[in-house]
Amino acid sequence: MLGEGILKGMAETAKNFAGSFVSEDRLTTVEYPEQRIPTFENARVFPFLVYDGSDWAAGMRCVACQICEKECPPKCIYIEKSQDKKPDFVGKPQFYPARFDIDVSVCMSCQICVEVCPFEAIKMDTEFELATDNRFGGLLLDREELAKSNEYYHRIHPTEADEVDARLNSEKAAAEAKAKAAAQAAAAKSADAAKPSPAKPAPSTGGED
Amino acid sequence: MLAAPVSTHSVPVIVDQAFVLFKDWLVSFLPPSWRPAAGVVLCVIAIVCVFPGLFALTTVFERKGLGRMQNRYGPNRVGPYGFFQPVADGIKSLTKEDVVPLNADVVVHFLAPLTLVVTVFMGFAVLPMGRNMVLANLDAGLLFFFSMSAATELSVFMAGWSSRNKYSLLGAMRAVAQMISYEVPLLLTTVAVVMIAGSLSLPKIVAAQSGYTGVFPHWYIFTPWGLASFLVFAIAATAETNRSPFDLPEGESEIVAGYHTEYSGFKFALFFLGEYLAMFSISGIGVTLFLGGWSAPLSFLNVVPSWFWFFSKVMVSIFVFIWMRGTLPRLRQDQLMNFAWKFVLPFTLLNLGVTALWRFMGEGWARWVVSSVILVGVYVFMGRVGMFKKHFGPRSYRYAE
Repeated sequence: MLGEGILKGMAETAKNFAGSFVSEDRLTTVEYPEQRIPTFENARVFPFLVYDGSDWAAGMRCVACQICEKECPPKCIYIEKSQDKKPDFVGKPQFYPARFDIDVSVCMSCQICVEVCPFEAIKMDTEFELATDNRFGGLLLDREELAKSNEYYHRIHPTEADEVDARLNSEKAAAEAKAKAAAQAAAAKSADAAKPSPAKPAPSTGGED
Repeated sequence: MLAAPVSTHSVPVIVDQAFVLFKDWLVSFLPPSWRPAAGVVLCVIAIVCVFPGLFALTTVFERKGLGRMQNRYGPNRVGPYGFFQPVADGIKSLTKEDVVPLNADVVVHFLAPLTLVVTVFMGFAVLPMGRNMVLANLDAGLLFFFSMSAATELSVFMAGWSSRNKYSLLGAMRAVAQMISYEVPLLLTTVAVVMIAGSLSLPKIVAAQSGYTGVFPHWYIFTPWGLASFLVFAIAATAETNRSPFDLPEGESEIVAGYHTEYSGFKFALFFLGEYLAMFSISGIGVTLFLGGWSAPLSFLNVVPSWFWFFSKVMVSIFVFIWMRGTLPRLRQDQLMNFAWKFVLPFTLLNLGVTALWRFMGEGWARWVVSSVILVGVYVFMGRVGMFKKHFGPRSYRYAE
């Protein structure tokens, strides 16, 4: 206890002081607006809506089922269902959101909307520079602002997006196979129905495609 | 300032006495009866401009230096390399709202920061900042200086008491306990210097250290008693200015901001300014008492003007303050008090005895050996025995585990 610990500590800080001018490795600071580190793959900030293809309105996966709206703990999602229907990725006619707003000033980034979505339509974004000078409407994002392409999704969460695509493709394939089987069954049935009256055979082309 | 004749030295008079001559030239435009007063006013203006300027520089250098000690950059956004940071800070504190608590004692709350800054500025009046550069050459300049610096305790307690806030009051109580405890060794170390120099006048103390043996100066720090006094003085000065590791009165993690918890805006800036000015003035007095004041560190360096040496010594000691702040963690209140009364004070009293011995043993190597042996022996003894019963190592907790 003669003060040698103090001297040792002073030597340590002196080493840091001098070393920080000599070796850049010592400085771990990332000077943010100019320098930035890439976001982690599992990073999540606020949700966005995925669309396929190039037209966001046509390719939007959301079918306005409103599960996310109901599940959202802070109630930051507002959805209005459309009156008409448009075909989804398997070709089935579905509703689409006429309005889809997320108030990101309310959102708590819990990802529950993503977990509950059966259509892989809502995912978490990594975009965090959302500051706005509009105090009231600036953080209320509408569906156009929320819509981001599947390619973007692949870029920010590659592993997850591949899984989702694989699942959707298998679903689509299964749906197509099912449709095909149903069509074949229908064709066979119609063929069976046609058999007892050989005088007038039904045109089989309609059921086979 | 003194109009004493310039002693023999190698630096051109026009450089060394630049400020004195400039003042004399400015004053010469006035009628003779006005000249002394005008000279004093000019010196006051110089002090009031130079030291806050140094304060501004120090804040940015401190933040950058501390950053480097922690392997960070420190402020580097405002202006080139962040050197306009103090300007931004100044504008910020000027435009901030000045909040006064509803139940505060408004008058005392207002006066506390003023008292601090004014008394600290008064201390600069007696500091010799260069050859012939002292505003008031008082015979008892040292006494004046310490009476003024002791008044900072008053302002700290005024601030803590008038805020009517528990953290403010706790901080003020800590500050007063700490400052009074360390005031004693601080003054006793200066007594040692006065015993040797035989004067309370600061220019005379500087003159007593201005000789050289070969190229080496006769500063008091290069004697056994002087080194011991200087170390104690440095510790006590750190405590006196509330600098880390003695920053308990404003320990953020414990009592928000201590006695200036309830201060905002420019009043807070005044506290900040007063704290740094106190650091400059205590460094200045330390330089004057132990480091030869404005005299050059080696005889051939006399070609550099005297005021340069004074200010560079002050800035070096400021750097040591910052360095300590970057290194040492804050003490606990009981450690602080134990250290002051059980170690620093007895050691200082012993050092007074050693100084007397040094004074009366006369020239020769014997006094070097005797006083060094006594001081080192007692230091080691107190360090070892005083800590004998202390238990160091992992702490055990009774309830929290």
